[in-house]
Amino acid sequence: MTAPLRRRGVILLAGGAAATLLLAACGGSDDSGGSATPTNTDASPTASPTGDVPAGCEPYAGYLGNEGQSVSVFTSILPPEQQKFEESWAKFEECTGIDIVYEGSDQFEAQLPTRIAGGNAPDIAFIPQPGLLQTLVERGGPVAAPATTSANVDQYFNPAWKAYGTIDGTFYAAPLGSNMKSFVWYSPSVFADNGYTVPTTWDEMFTLSDQMVADGITPWCGGIESGGATGWAATDWLEQVMLRLYGGDVYDQWVNHEVVFNSPEVTEAMNVVAGWMKNEEYVNGGHVTGQGYGNVASIATTAFQDAGKGIIPGECGMLQQASFYAAQWESFKEGAVVAEDGDVFAFYLPAITDAVPTPIVGGGEFVTAFSDAPAVQAVQNFLSSSEFATAKAALGAWVSANNGVPLDTYASPIDRLSAEFLTNQEGTFRFDASDLMPAAVGAGAEWTQMTAWFAEDKPTEAVLQAIDDAWPSS
Amino acid sequence: MGDEILNGLPKLGTAAAGIAVFFGVLMLVFFVLGKVRGRFSGPVAGIAFLGPAILLLVAGLVVPAIQTIGKSTQNAAGTKFIGWENYAWVFGTDTNRQILTNTFMWLIIAPLFSTLFGLTLALLLDRMRRESIPKSLIFMPMAISFVGASIIWDLVYAYRDPAKPQVGLLSQVAIWLGIENPPNWLLLQPWNNFLLMVIMIWIQTGFAMVVLSAAIKAIPGDVVEAATLDGATGWRLFSRVTIPMIRGTLIVVITTIMIATLKIFDIVRVMTNGNFGTQIVANEMYAQSFVQFDYGRGSALAVVLFVAVIPLVIYNVRQLRKEQAIR
Repeated sequence: MTAPLRRRGVILLAGGAAATLLLAACGGSDDSGGSATPTNTDASPTASPTGDVPAGCEPYAGYLGNEGQSVSVFTSILPPEQQKFEESWAKFEECTGIDIVYEGSDQFEAQLPTRIAGGNAPDIAFIPQPGLLQTLVERGGPVAAPATTSANVDQYFNPAWKAYGTIDGTFYAAPLGSNMKSFVWYSPSVFADNGYTVPTTWDEMFTLSDQMVADGITPWCGGIESGGATGWAATDWLEQVMLRLYGGDVYDQWVNHEVVFNSPEVTEAMNVVAGWMKNEEYVNGGHVTGQGYGNVASIATTAFQDAGKGIIPGECGMLQQASFYAAQWESFKEGAVVAEDGDVFAFYLPAITDAVPTPIVGGGEFVTAFSDAPAVQAVQNFLSSSEFATAKAALGAWVSANNGVPLDTYASPIDRLSAEFLTNQEGTFRFDASDLMPAAVGAGAEWTQMTAWFAEDKPTEAVLQAIDDAWPSS
Repeated sequence: MGDEILNGLPKLGTAAAGIAVFFGVLMLVFFVLGKVRGRFSGPVAGIAFLGPAILLLVAGLVVPAIQTIGKSTQNAAGTKFIGWENYAWVFGTDTNRQILTNTFMWLIIAPLFSTLFGLTLALLLDRMRRESIPKSLIFMPMAISFVGASIIWDLVYAYRDPAKPQVGLLSQVAIWLGIENPPNWLLLQPWNNFLLMVIMIWIQTGFAMVVLSAAIKAIPGDVVEAATLDGATGWRLFSRVTIPMIRGTLIVVITTIMIATLKIFDIVRVMTNGNFGTQIVANEMYAQSFVQFDYGRGSALAVVLFVAVIPLVIYNVRQLRKEQAIR
């Protein structure tokens, strides 16, 4: 539910990164006619390599046989990102003769179920919440992914990703783009001027916070206002702490409501968040130092887009936000450089215990098909391949959890850092929990209750109980 | 850009063809009807003229209303009949009771103050020279969408640390007046509800003023003259002559604003999204149906809203008819 708002802000970061590997690959593969990558040649059910593949189209040999078909794609991803998607599959369209018709809407989540119910489903939708995917599967519409797509996901993604596209044992949807949420944004120059070093453990991070307080810098800034999705940023903080305290298994149980909100585990996690983002000394200036947006409650009325305003001027030290926040810095400082030696950069939000290796909370979209036509399956197969992911990644400001994408494809340092973590096979990767929970909680009670927790200082137990009460009974 | 226009041309052609077909059918119907003579001509003409309207009314209002009522008795996915459960949820939970209370407060306060301010302004401006200028200015917010107005007022109520330069006009004015620590206005329960209502009142006052001003001007001069001759002045003239003469218009204005208020959604959605104890029925209905995909609860809220509007609409239409009967 939060995705369109988050994605809307994503703008072209590395504008010059136009080294389209796709074109390079097409042009350079004249040495051996049919040497497409393994995934393309062996298994695609729609593949009918005819032998007379046009020059330059060899990588697409596996998708041929659907000339003149058109495949509609419905998504929440809007321009300018739309253009980059179209650019990334332009060659595919040219070679296969499949016309991919792109339609973006900022009312995606509201319209998709309506369109399906009205018999007007798109061929493919990019769904940003596995929870919505589950709802749609229960109500009918999505069709299972073809075998090649499934094989691609097995080959290229952390197994957790496949599980999120699988409902009741059937694999429906392959991941597309991803974002890395376990980041803390900071200003390298402010850190250097004050002699701070990037913390690598949870305790170091809080030692640093106390140091900042002593130096008159507000350590943390935060904002969770986000229009119709107000509160999602606060749910992210709770998710980070849940995964870091208890690891993947408890996190999964929490997502499935086997560990309820009003439990000792979640209460403890809330207490950790309270000591961090509800700490009057740490956040949004408070009246202690007279900086920033104000007291703890002001987190509820500060737009998440504005929250990081104080980072570059050094009015607040750190901001916990996802990788897509990289697009935001341009609005605070023209020409802001997002790099380790630039105006602003991010470090990995450290683990709390050694028992949970490299906990990573992330998000992303899932390519869901509503038709099993061969052309649609060809597009699904293509979108799950590493060739597509590499071509799209080369256009900048987009990260895939596909480990078939060479890390040096990413022109911007923050994308590369995100990809490093997202493709980490040993890391404890988990999807944004609120996107996995039923919408009544993940897009409803959890948002509003966490907002009340910040705005009205509503007691933790009442907050957690109210979220549990909203959990659908069926 | 040029390409887009060219690509759009076929659509224009389709639209033109559609309109042509529509007129063709219409001509045919009229031609056939013209041929009907004798005792059938009356009923046939009635059906021909009322038919399309009734058809559209059934397709656009009656069927959806029945469907919504049906959905309101089903579970979230619309797959199981659960009877009154959704209505029990609407009236039985604490958060929903607050939503209903808020909506009720909106319903009373926003129309009342809009009309009161509108009436006062209409009277004050009535005998002013160049009254069209201030009237136009006051009417202007009517031309701004609720969303646009909300964004403007969002800036007025914006909160910043009091020690820092202020963004919000209200906070700055408070600081000038010597209040050192102006609150975060939108978090100030329950007063934040009234702050949101101010936006509605700001928009609707112009409407009330223009309509009431016209009504005041329509009071026949001889009535006022007669009353003045009998010694009525000031407040007496106003309460005994002006008000009774414009009573019908006053009621229509109040009920019209009430209906608009019941449906209000944009202001709350933009300003607070119903957080901080400001939720109202229409926004909750949207959130339930299209954010949380619980069509059952969303429909139940829609039905509650629908039922609440009906008496207002009936009363409003009756008053309008009475007005027309007098003229």
